[in-house]
Amino acid sequence: MLILARRLNEKIVIGDDICVSVVDIRGDQVKLGIEAPKTVKVYRQEVYDAIQSENVEASKSAISLPSLDPYLKSDND
Amino acid sequence: MTIQSKPYGQIEISDRQVITFPVGIFGFENLHKYALLDTGQPPFYWLQSLDETAIAFIIMNPYVFRPDYVLDVSGEDLDAIDYETDEDILVFAIVTIPEEESRMSANLQGPVIINRVRQLGHQAISLNQSWKTKHFIMDELEHAGAR
Repeated sequence: MLILARRLNEKIVIGDDICVSVVDIRGDQVKLGIEAPKTVKVYRQEVYDAIQSENVEASKSAISLPSLDPYLKSDND
Repeated sequence: MTIQSKPYGQIEISDRQVITFPVGIFGFENLHKYALLDTGQPPFYWLQSLDETAIAFIIMNPYVFRPDYVLDVSGEDLDAIDYETDEDILVFAIVTIPEEESRMSANLQGPVIINRVRQLGHQAISLNQSWKTKHFIMDELEHAGAR
């Protein structure tokens, strides 16, 4: 892994069209500004991981679907 | 057209039911073609992969159990389905049904959005971080009156 030291407002350029800048530093939190083409997806790692693992779990669901009717009817009472 | 489906085996569907996911969904990036199938058990639908029969997701309209749900996603996520107007857009949550059915949950953090006119689909990421990957549907319906 390439490790680069950057100060506030300094940038890193990745390839021709991606730019990462250090926008703010407070305590143990760093705010990064990311400029990238729309075709490049940028996510927080933990959000990506959570959605991916939920999708995998969802794909293993049983084929039989439970009925929500009792719950929906009581909702209308 | 005739397709193979996980829940119903071989079935006939209309071309209008075919939805293209240009970047797939998270964890299944290599699968791009799905069919939207009725289940006969509303509010559920099947999102059946046409590339891999074993992969099918149960999806539902999230407003059925969370009328307060607001789709809050990035412009990039909307661009992915050529968003033009709200009325073209269908919003779904992917449902997970574990062995204990009462613990079934819906993923509101990664909503599936479909442009039904363009037949394009995409899994977006909610910008509102109060929406999680596991909302327990029956619990939330039972407690709906308390909100």
